[in-house]
Amino acid sequence: MHEWALAEGVIQTASGIAEEQGLEKITEIVVRIGELQQIEHDILQFALEQLRTPLMTDAKFTLETVPGKLKCRICGEEWTFNPKGVGEEESEAIHFIPEVAHVYISCPSCDSPDFQILEGRGVLLASITGVKPDD
Amino acid sequence: MIDPRPGLISRRLEGVDEIIAVSSGKGGVGKSIVASTLALHLAEKGHSVGLLDLDFTSPATHVILGIDGLFPEEEYGILPPVAHGIKYMSITFFALDKPAPLRGADVSDAIIELLAITRWGDLDRLVIDLPPGLGDATLDVIRFVEGIRFLVVTTPSKVAYETVRKQLTLLKRLRVPVIGVVENMARKPSDYVSLNVENDGALYLGAIGYDEGLEESIGDEARLKETKFYAEASKLYSTIN
Ligand SMILES: Nc1ncnc2c1ncn2[C@@H]1O[C@H](COP(=O)(O)OP(=O)(O)OP(=O)(O)O)[C@@H](O)[C@H]1O
Ligand SMILES: [Mg+2]
Ligand SMILES: [Zn+2]
Repeated sequence: MHEWALAEGVIQTASGIAEEQGLEKITEIVVRIGELQQIEHDILQFALEQLRTPLMTDAKFTLETVPGKLKCRICGEEWTFNPKGVGEEESEAIHFIPEVAHVYISCPSCDSPDFQILEGRGVLLASITGVKPDD
Repeated sequence: MIDPRPGLISRRLEGVDEIIAVSSGKGGVGKSIVASTLALHLAEKGHSVGLLDLDFTSPATHVILGIDGLFPEEEYGILPPVAHGIKYMSITFFALDKPAPLRGADVSDAIIELLAITRWGDLDRLVIDLPPGLGDATLDVIRFVEGIRFLVVTTPSKVAYETVRKQLTLLKRLRVPVIGVVENMARKPSDYVSLNVENDGALYLGAIGYDEGLEESIGDEARLKETKFYAEASKLYSTIN
């Protein structure tokens, strides 16, 4: 599953930050998931649990959903991505590479595929909370 | 907010021994045909080879190699399907045959995603076909792909070479190793390109002549390998290590 690859990225990046900041343990990792990529939350959650490192033994993984906000560069229309509006094959393609949304989706007002993904594209690491040795 | 993907890229490529980007400041000089035949040549020599098409606007290697009806498998990321013994990845799997109107930031995001999720496994060589110019795809592979080397393609035309010269200058400034320059579509003997390449401090790898018969072989791997182009190109590729 693609979610596993992204979970790996979250764990690796969080480990790097913890090391940089001298954390001796991580208590919470907050991940923002953009709806455009249509990530399966259960799978991502499961993958994160499985991939956790000793530093994260007690860490809570919090997943937050961010709606896919799109804005047309031609007419300025702003709208929210609705996964129900695209077919299965298109959905799968966007899941792999969210930018191919430009191939399958267009502005609801003027039909242009030249839109901006304002937020809610994919997986981002929002915050890490942890404990330093002298805390 | 931190993007968790860039850190994954070196991990995805850690099993790959050599990464060769086929590039040119100029469009239409034969990058895609060189990248495709280089991958075929390396596979023929017994190497394990991957081919990554990063030209999102006009992907062409699947057309040249006649790759059709394949799709990557999803397994802890995505596994490139194998065509003609080559592990193959391209935006075309996801955009199908439809136009993908992507702007700079989108191109970068899509490239990072592809590099971060594609599991190449162990490879002797990964060949990357780049779009023309010094834009996002070129700058992104330089930024994210450690140890990448450039194979630069030009034609005998002054119009092409003047742009290629700028590219060589840029690559030098960015300290990106250049394997050498291939002169493609040569129609008559001339030392214009070889002298200039030497002057610009790069290695001239040789010329591939204009091949009238090439077009008929596009899309057919077996016939491609029988072209004059392939014979000349292979000889030249054997000098690359
Ligand atoms: N030596 C040659 N003899 C005859 N035709 C050639 C030769 N080299 C390339 N061609 C043809 O020229 C065209 C352009 O080649 P190709 O697509 O490989 O160029 P490119 O540099 O990748 O272009 P782009 O900049 O659009 O990516 C193709 O139709 C190809 O078959
Ligand atoms: Mg090309
Ligand atoms: Zn619009």
